[in-house]
Amino acid sequence: MKFTQTEGKNRTDRQKVIGKATPRIEGALKATGKATYAYEWHDIAPKPAFGYVLGAAIAKGRITSMDTSGAESSAGVLAVVTAENAGPLDKGNFNVVKLLAGPEIQHYHQAIAVIVARTFEEARAGATKIKVRYASEPGVYDLEVAKETAVKPPARWGNEPDSAAGDFAGAFAAAPFKIDATYHTPAHSHAMMEPFASIAAWKGDELTVWTANQMIAWSRADLAKTLKMPPEKVRVVSPYVGGGFGGKLWIRADVLLAALGARAAKRPVKVALPRPMMANNTVHRPATIQRVRLGAGKDGKITAFAHENWAGNQKGGSTETATLASRALYAGANRMTSNRNATLDLPEGNAMRAPGDAPGSMAFEIAIDEIAEKVGLDPVEFRVINDTQVNPEKPAQTYSTRKLIQCLKTGAEKFGWSKRNAKPGAVRDGNWLVGLGVATAYRGAPTMNSGARVRIESSGRVIVETDMTDIGTGSYTIIGQTAAEMMGVPLDRVDVRLGDSNFPVSAGSGGQFGAVSATSGVYAACLKLREAIATKLGVAADTLEIDDGFAVAGSKRVALGEVAGTEGLSAEDKIEFATDREKHLHYTFGAHFVEVGVHAITSEVRVRRMLAVCHAGRILNPPAARNQIIGAMTMGVGAALMEELVVDKKVGFFVNHDLASYEVPVHADIPHQECVFLDDEDPTVSPMKALGVGELGICGVSAAVANAVYNATGKRVRDYPITIDKLMRT
Amino acid sequence: MQGPGDFEVSRRDVLKLGAAATAVPLVAKGQAGSPAEAPVSTQLSLNVNGKVHALKLDTRTSLLDALRDHLQLTGSKKGCDHGQCGACTVLVNGRRINSCLSLAVMHAGDKITTIEGLGTPNKMHAMQAAFVKHDGFQCGYCTPGQICSAVGMLSEVKANVPSHATTDLTAPCALTNPELRERMSGNICRCGAYSNIAEAIADAAGVPAAGRSA
Repeated sequence: MKFTQTEGKNRTDRQKVIGKATPRIEGALKATGKATYAYEWHDIAPKPAFGYVLGAAIAKGRITSMDTSGAESSAGVLAVVTAENAGPLDKGNFNVVKLLAGPEIQHYHQAIAVIVARTFEEARAGATKIKVRYASEPGVYDLEVAKETAVKPPARWGNEPDSAAGDFAGAFAAAPFKIDATYHTPAHSHAMMEPFASIAAWKGDELTVWTANQMIAWSRADLAKTLKMPPEKVRVVSPYVGGGFGGKLWIRADVLLAALGARAAKRPVKVALPRPMMANNTVHRPATIQRVRLGAGKDGKITAFAHENWAGNQKGGSTETATLASRALYAGANRMTSNRNATLDLPEGNAMRAPGDAPGSMAFEIAIDEIAEKVGLDPVEFRVINDTQVNPEKPAQTYSTRKLIQCLKTGAEKFGWSKRNAKPGAVRDGNWLVGLGVATAYRGAPTMNSGARVRIESSGRVIVETDMTDIGTGSYTIIGQTAAEMMGVPLDRVDVRLGDSNFPVSAGSGGQFGAVSATSGVYAACLKLREAIATKLGVAADTLEIDDGFAVAGSKRVALGEVAGTEGLSAEDKIEFATDREKHLHYTFGAHFVEVGVHAITSEVRVRRMLAVCHAGRILNPPAARNQIIGAMTMGVGAALMEELVVDKKVGFFVNHDLASYEVPVHADIPHQECVFLDDEDPTVSPMKALGVGELGICGVSAAVANAVYNATGKRVRDYPITIDKLMRT
Repeated sequence: MQGPGDFEVSRRDVLKLGAAATAVPLVAKGQAGSPAEAPVSTQLSLNVNGKVHALKLDTRTSLLDALRDHLQLTGSKKGCDHGQCGACTVLVNGRRINSCLSLAVMHAGDKITTIEGLGTPNKMHAMQAAFVKHDGFQCGYCTPGQICSAVGMLSEVKANVPSHATTDLTAPCALTNPELRERMSGNICRCGAYSNIAEAIADAAGVPAAGRSA
């Protein structure tokens, strides 16, 4: 079905199942170790061989010689695959660098071989026996230096890199209050708990891969393209994904090398990237340098706004568009944004949770704190004063729904914001300096076309199949809830099957479009199935009522299983989003409140309290949505206080490439977290009236931490992460 | 119960095996280039979840890989293989360990409990049920390790083993929120469900879930 206009009343409004707090339907499987992740398919791919990936030891240059004989004769080794013997390979549409390199090396730890052996231990031992000689070339690894050579990147996802309205220069010069500050955000690693992992099995010229992936259809196409084979011959299976955060949007070396290894060894092969290879072999969130200039009048209204951003990537890679985090967020007639991208020889940069907006808000929401202080206004009040219900660049375009003021005010009330001392460094609790910080969360609510197949079996059970993935986001449950609501059955009578390219193509998981799009696709398929039921019963679809597992029309009342009959009844459809996206801006909003303690002597920062008040349309499953938000808040604490892929600017790689040295938040770092959703629904986006929450929670939260640190200490650190050394020398 | 292929291994033998295992890479290096030298392997029996398994293993095999690849008990997860993330946590004789940091040959005669041994989907352990009830996970990959770790941690508190967060070494340990968080910090959850995990563990332990804490 096409979604062309604002939705009126529909069956999802019943909210008998949708919107109800529902434990994850796959929860017991996960809690008992019975959910099957990519590396764990024993019954389907029995007795696999093991592949171990060898990564390049230089960042840029060429392999001059590679002696694999030691590995080939090593105990248990079945095959060694390199670019030289892999046969002709193409490159996926979504890959920037090659997944199997040689002789040219584009970045450190780029895969150059897979060693296949009978056991993991033999494969690992075999990998140490390959002798590689390189000719290194000088590369560019320092964004600060490369910034000077950065160029205007092409538009991406419909967003131009630059924007301007009014007269920024004139307004900034005339503003009574202004700030001009530069912020640094480092590269971040997704560091999902499940490593990139795949099993590959060939049957003739047909390939099946069990892999950890967020976007099944894209990855099927890219794997087929890379292997120069028709996509119909490739099946991708990924029902459980141990975290992705954008890192598993595209195919990576594990799946290609498993496929090549399996072809060479003539048996199924499983490959997991060793943890220390993940940061440099795969993708990361690129570092940014951002300059923000803000001018405000005596009334606190923003009169001049400029947000400029510099980032870098491999040649042909996209840029980290940090300015979308601010471009239409607050009012003000005179404005400009710009993005410039430099070419770097570091590993490929790509999407990580709220790409652009996470680092953009890390900088911009500190800048708002700074200008509010300059003007002498409370930062909550300053944001309220500068709220806009329209696109400040194009005032005819309105926000479809925007309750940012309500988020801020509700949060301030709940958090006890009125007790905040505006004077920095003024509140002490023993040896701890205590501060409060606030920031806005702001993230787009896109949609993607999405399909599903729904079937009723003679038992009365409802089966939903879609290639949608659940990367921890709760897709299983909200899809089940949607089918249960639409088909009038209890949730425990619904089976949800996900992550298989044999199923209809869905939106996939990314850009916080997954929940709204995939459930809308299921909604469409269910409508079609209801029509099929009506036809089978010989009644008009609009007279059909389905409830408690029975179809009712007039005097007819038939159990769904009976309607379906022995052969079952099935329908497939997809939602195609065709509304005029120019009319409205579709966004989700929130307000983050953070209390920190900063040790007066050691400068150690401890997060003491956190609250997010969010506004994201209809909430389909409140506990799962809460979990998305608090998880993102946790990741935002990491970005604020500890996460940084440290660049070795001489050799050209990320030095801290494991979980001991790339520090992410642990239990001790995260206090009890509060999350409140404002009641709302947005019928302009989809029939589900939901928006998306997966990325909203990470936007702004790091700045809220930074602003709380400033309030506690009077020290403004503009270079993330805010570590002890920086606080000590500020 | 032991099967016909098993043989008795004393604690002393286990230590010897451990020593032999650590010597293997040196031997292998000396033999590099010699064609298809068979790796050193050994037979052992592992008692996992109350069941004794006879195994012939490459001595380099970690306990984690023995569980996952040889016994097909894939509930224990490999997140880092370096003892940095805790996803592989299992209970050995009631104590929690990172199974990736331990060789399988060191565990003949030990009683190993994995997530599969705690409960099943239809008959969950109280800790497993509490994780489901409090939504103490998202992707689920760290979850078995978190749960095994939590079960082991509660025994440590009960046995008055102090932690970095313990303020009074002479008083009985209490499972306060700072204690819980400190003791669980070897188990990373990148999805960031910590707040919910803390509530789940507190619920299973029968202590109040803490709100504010510094």
